[in-house]
Amino acid sequence: MTRTARTTAPHELVERALELSRADGCVVIADESSSANLRWAGNTLTTNGVTRGRTVTVIATVDGVQGTASGVVARSGSDATDLEPLVRAAEEAARRAGPAEDARELVSGGPPSDDFTAPPAETSSAVFETFAPALGESFAQAGAEGRELYGFAHHEVVSSYLGTSTGLRLRHDQPTGTVELNAKSPDHTRSAWAGHATRDFSDVDPAALDAELARRLAWANRRVELPAGRYETLLPPTAVADLMIYQMWSASARDAAEGRTVFSAPGGGTRIGEKVARLPLTLRGAPTADGLGCAPFVLAHSSGDDLSVFDNGLPLEDTEWMSEGTLARLVGSRHSAELTGLPAAPMVDNLILDGGGEQSLEEMVAGTERGLLLTCLWYIREVDPATLLLTGLTRDGVYLVEGGEVVGAVNNFRFNESPVDLLARAEEAGRTERCLPREWSDYFTRAAMPALRVPDFNMSSVSPGV
Amino acid sequence: MSRDIDQTFTALPLRALADAALARARALGAEHADFRFERVRNASVRLRDARLTGSHDATETGYAVRVVHDGAWGFAAGVDMSMDAAARVAGQAVAMAKLSAKVIRAAGGTDRVELADEPVHGERTWISAYEVNPFDVPEEDRVGRLAEWSSQLLAADGVDHVDATLMAVQENKFYADTAGTVTTQQRVRLHPELTAVAVADSGAFDSMRTLAPPAGRGWEYLDGTGWDWDAELAEIPELLAEKLAAPSVTPGRYDLVVDPSNLWLTIHESIGHATELDRALGYEAAYAGTSFATFDKLGELAYGSKLMNVTGDRTAEHGLATIGYDDEGVAAQSWDLVREGTLVGFQLDRRMARLTGLGRSNGCAFAESAGHVPVQRMANVSLKPATGGPSTEELISGVEHGLYVVGDRSWSIDMQRYNFQFTAQRFYRIEGGRLAGQVRDAAYQATTTDFWGSMEGVGGEGTYVLGGTFRCGKAQPGQAASVSHGCPSALFRGVNILNTTQEAGR
Repeated sequence: MTRTARTTAPHELVERALELSRADGCVVIADESSSANLRWAGNTLTTNGVTRGRTVTVIATVDGVQGTASGVVARSGSDATDLEPLVRAAEEAARRAGPAEDARELVSGGPPSDDFTAPPAETSSAVFETFAPALGESFAQAGAEGRELYGFAHHEVVSSYLGTSTGLRLRHDQPTGTVELNAKSPDHTRSAWAGHATRDFSDVDPAALDAELARRLAWANRRVELPAGRYETLLPPTAVADLMIYQMWSASARDAAEGRTVFSAPGGGTRIGEKVARLPLTLRGAPTADGLGCAPFVLAHSSGDDLSVFDNGLPLEDTEWMSEGTLARLVGSRHSAELTGLPAAPMVDNLILDGGGEQSLEEMVAGTERGLLLTCLWYIREVDPATLLLTGLTRDGVYLVEGGEVVGAVNNFRFNESPVDLLARAEEAGRTERCLPREWSDYFTRAAMPALRVPDFNMSSVSPGV
Repeated sequence: MSRDIDQTFTALPLRALADAALARARALGAEHADFRFERVRNASVRLRDARLTGSHDATETGYAVRVVHDGAWGFAAGVDMSMDAAARVAGQAVAMAKLSAKVIRAAGGTDRVELADEPVHGERTWISAYEVNPFDVPEEDRVGRLAEWSSQLLAADGVDHVDATLMAVQENKFYADTAGTVTTQQRVRLHPELTAVAVADSGAFDSMRTLAPPAGRGWEYLDGTGWDWDAELAEIPELLAEKLAAPSVTPGRYDLVVDPSNLWLTIHESIGHATELDRALGYEAAYAGTSFATFDKLGELAYGSKLMNVTGDRTAEHGLATIGYDDEGVAAQSWDLVREGTLVGFQLDRRMARLTGLGRSNGCAFAESAGHVPVQRMANVSLKPATGGPSTEELISGVEHGLYVVGDRSWSIDMQRYNFQFTAQRFYRIEGGRLAGQVRDAAYQATTTDFWGSMEGVGGEGTYVLGGTFRCGKAQPGQAASVSHGCPSALFRGVNILNTTQEAGR
């Protein structure tokens, strides 16, 4: 049994699947992925891997008396090039599923992507060519200076080829790279973290990251125990990103219009147009943002609450979710737009918060009389959708700032806070910087955020965890 | 009972690929090699207000070769189904092991990978306990059942919206190693879930979700085997209305009777993850975290009260982590993790079992798919019921002023598994040993050993329920696993209750 898994070009798979289709409409997405990763613990590499994969997703649409149905079937790996059974399975699923509530005309129009017929982009272990030896040197340096390094570096490239029976032929190449470095004292009572998002690892400097962690571990030589309570707190960009990402995931137009979220207006409708942030902060998605580039059209592998397979190929434009502190848009497909009377605004795979601030985090520390400087947040989960109250932990360094300087490290805390309330209370936003959202980096890595100063962040209890 | 392994899986050239891969690994000098072929089918449907919102049916197929060569691990995965390709993948795994050995030695490392002994099991077949494969049920019937239940809920007074999801998985796994163990396995699991939402004129809203756990069962689960759907769906609208109208909880210390529908998740987070030995040894330190239950505390750590007996197993019928053999060819077992309140065991794979001198692995090495390397994953970690112990009502009757906690909702715990916070589908006040209506806005917050140390009552076998999740996450790159947790109702004294509205500063 042999297959042509590596010889058929992805655009040919798309064309062949569309030709095989006997349904009223068909959308085919071929995703070609490659990745490389390194993981380390205690100053030594632990696991590593290089992967290549292919997933073909076929969406068949079948018109019926009661409406149009859709069927979505995907195959990865060995079966991905066995197209006929895949197309037939999607058609069978569509015929059996009954009408899809999000059914719309498939998107059409627009020229094909120039590189639609070109081979997929790919990564390999070569992406770590300068990073890996530098990391090895950092292991040696850290070991010599009494630090243990833990962490993970990951690079992935996905080339997505989208074709539809309405003539769309679009392609997007998405590079995604992350590196996380965690330094611990040998007794594990002190821990510090730094993360970095990258497109190609050319801008990652392990020595610089390690030096920053060495500085932070040194801050922790003085330990200060503080009780639970409300503290003036500096949230660094990574923490702000994790909170804003969760807020975006809770910004469904349909859910809000149905009265089920923090963005629902009492008595009906949504809070669009309401001033939600104290500062003139703008939160946006921008597919062409420098260094944060993401798909400029909808790639929907299945329909969900605010995402529709029928919208595949719909252009994504710069979208301001919040404009100068005022809620401006909620996330929705063409279908949810029709239900809510709001404009369609599909999710964009990056997020930028900007208030025009110019101060670096260091400068914000220098301007702090007494407060806490956080490193990042962890295990963030929703407690109450009505307020979007989230809980979670501080992790890998809570530092006490007094008289404009870090004077020691504090125990960790469990927090209970709503990002929406934090926006309403934040009294200073720093310079917007690219950052790696630590909690959600498995799903969302492209973010640029300012640090925020919150006068009364709710540290609900002390956590002995390090 | 359709208890045969799917013939479309056994028809694949599993044995031939394995022979080619293992022969090549052996020829290249591997001390150990294993070949794993997996096909995982994952289907989901989602309905809103009884209408189909989305569906997805994905199958991932591939294989992997893992070797120990010159004392180092090597792993490679492939998809091309020819003997040559399988042999090539084995060669890649050996090359990775050589590279890894070089890096480790250059850094001055001297550790060699050695595996704990495991009996050679020969040729084995194992199929999970289900009657009707959900993939044999036409999609219109699967969607139809959810639509019917959604409509039933929507028709009730006070229910404004209904969300419904059904996830179904069929997992086929073929494993062969150089020692001679060859296993072919099939597992099926299902997770149906319905949530009713009420929106009041005031703008207040809340929801009530089914408590039916995900289960290693077939379609018969939706026909009432193992769960009384009719009874649960019938009571949801009234429970929701009561919750929406309930008073807000007064924060403070309460005695808690925790129902298994809530307690399973507290066990998962505060015992399941904390007794994973790879966490205790630091392999997850930068990501999932470590554990307060360190290896040096084995046999000594006071985890909880004397009533606390916790087992790890891969044998519970319908358990989501139940299987015949793990991804290292280790046969399923059941063992103690906590005995009479003391930490006495960890979850192991073969390498860690050897490294720590704990003897045989207890069979906890698993990968999410062929494309992932096996890591130590959670067994079914379960709290033993008290033989002849009390009913839930009897536990409640022993509480003067407390809360009865039902159904999981929000959860969070720190990176060493000390400080946790959980909410629930519903909290009932207990006054003078009797339930006195629901309260809103409650969360319980505690430190793991304090909480388990405060356990003063454990329910009997009649209160025991197997809960669980499809989505336990771990490792980098991230891997998901399914796991069950059985437990009785239990009584905890003096637990801190928060009011989440006050926490939000309202």
